[in-house]
Amino acid sequence: MATKSTTAERPREGAEPGRLLLVCALAWLIPGAGHLFLGRRQKGLIFLVALPLMFVTGLWLQGRLFPLELSDPLVFLGALADRGIGLSFFVAKAMDAGLGTVIAPSYEYGNTFLMTAGLLNFLVIIDAFDVAMGRK
Amino acid sequence: MVLFAFFVSVVFAVLLRDEPREQLKTGGMMLGGFVVAAYVLGWLMYPFPL
Repeated sequence: MATKSTTAERPREGAEPGRLLLVCALAWLIPGAGHLFLGRRQKGLIFLVALPLMFVTGLWLQGRLFPLELSDPLVFLGALADRGIGLSFFVAKAMDAGLGTVIAPSYEYGNTFLMTAGLLNFLVIIDAFDVAMGRK
Repeated sequence: MVLFAFFVSVVFAVLLRDEPREQLKTGGMMLGGFVVAAYVLGWLMYPFPL
């Protein structure tokens, strides 16, 4: 099964700035969508399932979606990590989910799931960027 | 903890490897490593008070 091709074989039409921006925006909004757009179906589908599921698990564990507050640097960094998951974050906010229950035993676990899902999606975006550039 | 390790292993394995067989192998090793390391560290910290 030959699914991987070398950099030399792969066309580099993805290196156009507009297309790169589109791939990164898609990859941020919907985890795995950047890979799906670039024809990496297997990877894209796995990200599409795993990352939102991790985010939902964080909400289920009563984690908090942090507000963007510059006054508290740690909360600010947590807020950036939370927003890495893209559209799911805004949907959760619109549904008033992710308010966080500080007294819940699973609160910190929930926060960890929420932030890690966002941070992992940042890595997925970088990977999609590399694929679009023809580096992978 | 195992669920968290599972998600992280899946994403890293898929990012790092291209072939499904290699992804399974890498993901499995990573998951095992995370879980074993967590147990070992947990026991090492056991004598220390909160």
